[in-house]
Amino acid sequence: MVKDPDDIIVRTVARFMIPIIQLFSLYVYVHGHISPGGGFQGGCILAASFILISLAFNIGEAKKILSGRKNLLFIGLGVFIYAFTGLVPLFVQGNFLDYQHLSQFLPLDPVMARYYGVALVELGVQITVMAVMISLFQDLVTAGRHESILKDRENGIDR
Amino acid sequence: MKYVSVIMISSGFFLFLAATIGFLRLPDFYTRMHATGKGDTLGLLLIIMGLFFYELSINWTWSGVITGLKLIAMALFWFLASPTATHTLLRAAFETGIRPWSKDKEFLIDKTQGESNDIGR
Repeated sequence: MVKDPDDIIVRTVARFMIPIIQLFSLYVYVHGHISPGGGFQGGCILAASFILISLAFNIGEAKKILSGRKNLLFIGLGVFIYAFTGLVPLFVQGNFLDYQHLSQFLPLDPVMARYYGVALVELGVQITVMAVMISLFQDLVTAGRHESILKDRENGIDR
Repeated sequence: MKYVSVIMISSGFFLFLAATIGFLRLPDFYTRMHATGKGDTLGLLLIIMGLFFYELSINWTWSGVITGLKLIAMALFWFLASPTATHTLLRAAFETGIRPWSKDKEFLIDKTQGESNDIGR
């Protein structure tokens, strides 16, 4: 079943690599304006760093950092950012996701408002994709029973 | 500098070729991982360093140096990640109880049946 990997090489390299992976995901997100990349790809890379934590250490360690409830909150938060950014222009006679109308609320000209609007929407996409990927991984790897497995480990039952 | 990059990329391709032939021709899991793990790591490292020197030779400006530094970072990351992945795969295979290939037929018979999971410890 779920066995603790006890490997100092993997743990040391993972401890070094995880911050680099997270930094690279932010790079991919920010660079999405002018090069391949963007919210979805950045979110997948960010999720990969969390998956590396649960592979190199164990799933309990990863859930200490990002528990199931927090993960659910992040899924909702990303969709909320996306929908909120999209819906705001509707109130000033724009279309859905028509970012240039954001310039009426922010101290920006329409071109820069469009630029930052895309960035906001991509941020929402990134957060949601990260949280969904992590939750998919945890459900797949423990057959949807990670809560009960963690509870058993606290009580000393090794599975 | 261009000739250095040509030599490095060519030797990188040669190592990739050797790794592929080893992967197709060697007898068991351990020897195959030996070929691909070593060949891919050094092969990709050589190709990336060759591209670094090529980039510096055609574009000796600030943006070219930045691109070169990105390539160096990529090479360092690969140099850490690939041997670790190979190590993890081989360790997992050994703990699952895959026997290494041997010419000695006696060795292939599993004498430690039932405790084959403990050979790795």
